[in-house]
Parts: sequence; C-alpha cells; structure tokens
Amino acid sequence: MSTFKQYSILPGFNLALGFTLLYLSLIVLIPLSAAFIRTAELTWPEFWTIITTPRVLASYRLTFGASFAAALVNAAFGLLVAWVLVRYDFPGKKIVDALVDLPFALPTAVAGISLTALYAGNGWIGQFLEPLGIKVAFTPLGIFVALTFIGLPFVVRTVQPVLEDIEAELEEAAATLGANRWQTFTRVIFPVLFPALITGFALAFARAVGEYGSVIFIAGNMPMISEITPLLIITKLEQYDYAGATALSVVMLVISFILLLIINLLQWWNRRRSSDSLGSP
Amino acid sequence: MSIEVLSLSKQFGTFAALRDVSLQVQSGELLALLGPSGSGKTTLLRVIAGLESADSGQVLFHGKDATNQHVRERQVGFVFQHYALFRNMTIFENVAFGLRVRPKEFRPSKAEIRERVMELLHLVQLDWLADRYPHQLSGGQRQRIALARALAVEPKVLLLDEPFGALDAKVRKELRSWLRRLHDDMHITSVFVTHDQEEALEVSDRVVVMNEGRIEQIGTPDEVYEQPASPFVYEFLGNVNLFHGRLHRGRAWIGDLEVDAPEHAEAEEMAAIAYVRPHEIEVERTRNGEAALAAQIVHVLSVGPIVRLELVRENDAERNPVHAEISKERFRELQLAKGDKVFIKPKRLDLFPSYPHSHLQH
Repeated sequence: MSTFKQYSILPGFNLALGFTLLYLSLIVLIPLSAAFIRTAELTWPEFWTIITTPRVLASYRLTFGASFAAALVNAAFGLLVAWVLVRYDFPGKKIVDALVDLPFALPTAVAGISLTALYAGNGWIGQFLEPLGIKVAFTPLGIFVALTFIGLPFVVRTVQPVLEDIEAELEEAAATLGANRWQTFTRVIFPVLFPALITGFALAFARAVGEYGSVIFIAGNMPMISEITPLLIITKLEQYDYAGATALSVVMLVISFILLLIINLLQWWNRRRSSDSLGSP
Repeated sequence: MSIEVLSLSKQFGTFAALRDVSLQVQSGELLALLGPSGSGKTTLLRVIAGLESADSGQVLFHGKDATNQHVRERQVGFVFQHYALFRNMTIFENVAFGLRVRPKEFRPSKAEIRERVMELLHLVQLDWLADRYPHQLSGGQRQRIALARALAVEPKVLLLDEPFGALDAKVRKELRSWLRRLHDDMHITSVFVTHDQEEALEVSDRVVVMNEGRIEQIGTPDEVYEQPASPFVYEFLGNVNLFHGRLHRGRAWIGDLEVDAPEHAEAEEMAAIAYVRPHEIEVERTRNGEAALAAQIVHVLSVGPIVRLELVRENDAERNPVHAEISKERFRELQLAKGDKVFIKPKRLDLFPSYPHSHLQH
C-alpha cells in the first residue's frame, strides 16, 4: 500500500480509497460476478448453445443495432439541441431546457405506453405514417424510436457544459483569420466538442442497450423480429431458467464492456492528441 | 494602410460604449488606445476589426468604406487578451490556420504554408515549439504564437486587445519592447488597447486617451504626459497632486499661493483645480520670501535615486496627502525627516476650472 501511496496534502487517502473499493465491490462487482458464477453451472457446450440460438442471435442484432442507431441519432440531434440551448436566447428556453430531462425522470413504462399510443396505426402520428407504408409501433423501428427517446438527455447534458465553455473569442479568432462558419465549426468547435459528444454517445448507447421498460410496449416482441435481449432474459427467468438467463446476461455484459472500452480508448487517444485541460487559463 | 473612424456611436442597452468617436490612424504607426475599463477602447477596437458593428458612424480602410464589410474580408490581424489559440491544434497548425482555410484558388501549397509558418515561428523566436500544443506553453509564448497566427494572413492592420493584460509584470515588459521592435521592422499599421498608461506611453507612437466612450486626448506619449488636455487625462496618466483653489481674471489662488493663469483671463470668480506632478514640487526648509505652501512631512519613502515624500498641508482639515519626489541629493542637503515642517512650491501647475459635476473617475 505504502509503496504507491504518495505524500499528498489531501488527507484521508487510505480511508477514501478503501471505502471506494468496498462500495464498488458491493454495488457493482459482486452482483456482476454473481452472473458469471451462476453461468458457470453450465458446461461450455451448453452455454454456447444457449447464446447462439438463432432467436438469441437475432435479439443481439436488434438490441445492439437499434441502440447504436438510436445513440447515433441522439448524438446528432442532441448536439443540435445543446447548440440551440447554449447559443440562442428565445422565450421558453428554460422550459425547453427542463423538457430535455423528462426522458430521464419519466418512468420508462410511461414512455413506452405513450409512444405506442402515438405511433400505433390509429395513433396521432401513426395514422399519418401508416398510409405511407411506415409502421412504427410493434416493429424494430418502434424500438429505435423508444431508444432514441430515452437516450436524448445523455448527449445534451454532456455536450451542453462543454459548449458553454467554448469562448466566443475562438470563433472570432477564426473569423479574423478568414474562416467561414462551416470551417470554424468543423475545425475549431467540433474538435473541442468531440470528446463530450463521444461520452454522451456512449452513455446513450449504454442506456439503450439495457433499456427494457419503454421498449417492450412498443416492440410487439415478435421472436426473430422485434424481440430484444433483455426481454429474452426476463422470459427465461419467468421459466425458472436461471442459468440460461444469466448466460445471456453475461454475453450482454461482455459485449457492453468491450464497446465501452473501445469508446474509452477512443477518448484516451483523442485526449492524447490534444489537451485535456480547458486551454487558456 | 491608414484607418479612419468617423463619428462612431455604439450603445449596449442603456450603456453608451462609444459616443461620436472620430479617429485617424496613420499608415504604419503604432497607436495605443488607453483608458480605464468601460471607457470604450475595446469596443472601438472591435468595431474597427468588424467583430462588433456600430450603431452609427463609419470605418474607412485606406479611404475605402469598410463599415459593412465582414470581419473575414477586412484582412485584419486580431490578437486577443487571452490568446484564443485553438487548443486542439499544434502550434504549427494554429499559425497555419489562416492559410489553410483560404479558398482553394488562393491557398498556398503545402510546402509554401510550411515555409511561411516556420518563417513566422522563427520571427517570434518559437520555431522549436512547432509540434507542441497551446496548453504546453507559457502565457508569454502563447501570446507570441497568437501574434504569429495573426500575421500569417498578411493583414493590412494589426489590432491587439490588451495583448499583455494576462501576463505577469516581467514577461509583460519583455514582450512590450519586443512588440515595439517587431513593429519597427514590419511597419504594419497597429492599434493596441491597454489600461496600463506605462505600457501605452512606452510602446506607442501616439496615444489616444479614452473615457466614458469619448476621446479625451490624442497625442504623442510626451504630449499627453506633459500637456494633458483635461483633468481626466491628468489623473489617468501618472501620479498627480490635486489642489483646490480659486480662479479670477487670469489669477489663481491656492491657499497662500498666488499664480498667473493667463489662459483663464475671462474666468470670473470660480472654483478651480490645479494639477501638479510629484516631481514638479519643490521642497524648501524656509519660505525664502516667495509664496509657498506650508506642509508637514508625514512619510518618507526612499527608492533608488528618488525620495518620495508624503506631506500634509497646514490648515488642511481633510489632511489630503500631497506627494513630492525629490532627488536623494536634495533630500540629504535639506536633511529632511518625518515630522519636519517644510514649504512646498509647484514648479509648474495646470489649472482647470472645476465644474459642479466633474467627469473624473478613478
């Protein structure tokens, strides 16, 4: 312990670190390892069979595919929302700002039910989309809509403070040097926003992968078509197939972990290229 | 290239930042805009740059109206107080930025950009930092890079907004004289904003003193220091003693002192303020028969060859301090000490009628 403890003016290093490790173990590591231990009841071939049935594979594709697409859309439109909230003053700005957090606070089932009501064939929006041949409710598209809904705050709330921190002087400097708005955005503003945008994207993605409540109402839950992995896990649990449920959990855990790791690496790489500090003092 | 500013006015809400300001900047000169915060100097600079638009008035570059020209097209180099370097780019890329964003047909080739950037980095003596990022540089280095970046686009005028304001005193002084030398080499028309009178007087060819959105005086550093045109300029430029007195038909009275004031010949029995610089006060042991003011030394501060005395005039109920600077020789000769009673006499003073509401501001 003392070998890597460096003298610091801040007291309580041992206590704080000890508590942090204990807390993380209790809250995160032990439950997660339980999933692995439970899975260990299965033999490798059994495990492999469970996690590679066509129905399960289809659910992976849907869960991660729809989550990725939703997170991408959120990254783009969340950036736009954050931009508008930071850059412009308009009546009702405070209300719009508060609205952004709504998907956060709303019980997910409520979101699921209201989205279903809106997008169903006879719903407010669905009735106009149906004649165009676009079915949203009870299709993968519906899942995508729900995941987009719940992921929005993550991008907005991570990008917003960074955008607020960008000095107007940077843009003015770019303008005096002859850059047009597009060049200023792509070369000066966006690179600064990028790490925050990636973080927001990762959070929205992670949230979407684990989302259950809002999706099951709008998804229709048809095997092979609109069935997400969390639903499969619940189904297995209801059939008292605990090992099978945890096997799927482990797969999701590992995939999520790898994806987050990649995103973290991406950020680390980006940070090394430029400064992490906020530039001018 | 010359710059001409014609009766600019600019209002921020109820605050008048510029009130009918007109100014001419000669081609190739280094001009300082000097004033306290809120005097409108930065606003004026930003209007010249095109970063701010005035409510009324005109900006002319070399006789051509540029009032409605976008900042992109004005070809001005602008240096910000807090550098405003692009933190995601290396020093090289920062300097190259202005060249890289040019439309294709005007954009130099990669090799030309490289050559030009290295040339500029060499000019600001920081070519060895080309691959670093802004956060790895000190404040003084960052500001020099900001200057190199502004010069990269070959601007016709260089505008600097408190360029040394964020730096510590030593670096500030170094950069100041360095900027002066750079300007002497390049002769690019430059305007810089500062609230530091020493900086303005030391670096510039001409100084524009601003207060409350107006120009108080324009002149060479010597002119504004030696012949301040208004009480404000007097108080803003350097230490000054202020005596209250009376003006009547070309004569002025300050306590026992009676002086000629021919420029106020038409004044009829009015209150006046006299300004005297500390080094223009003579200190004597005795009255010597001449008119002088009796005072007592309350503080002695000896710095290098100069001795600063703080005095209080006799019969001054408010005990306003009077500052005098005398040479150490003279100080020894008079054998002065704290508590001594002496007589002071201004070698030169400037009188201004004092109006009920003055524009003075500290």
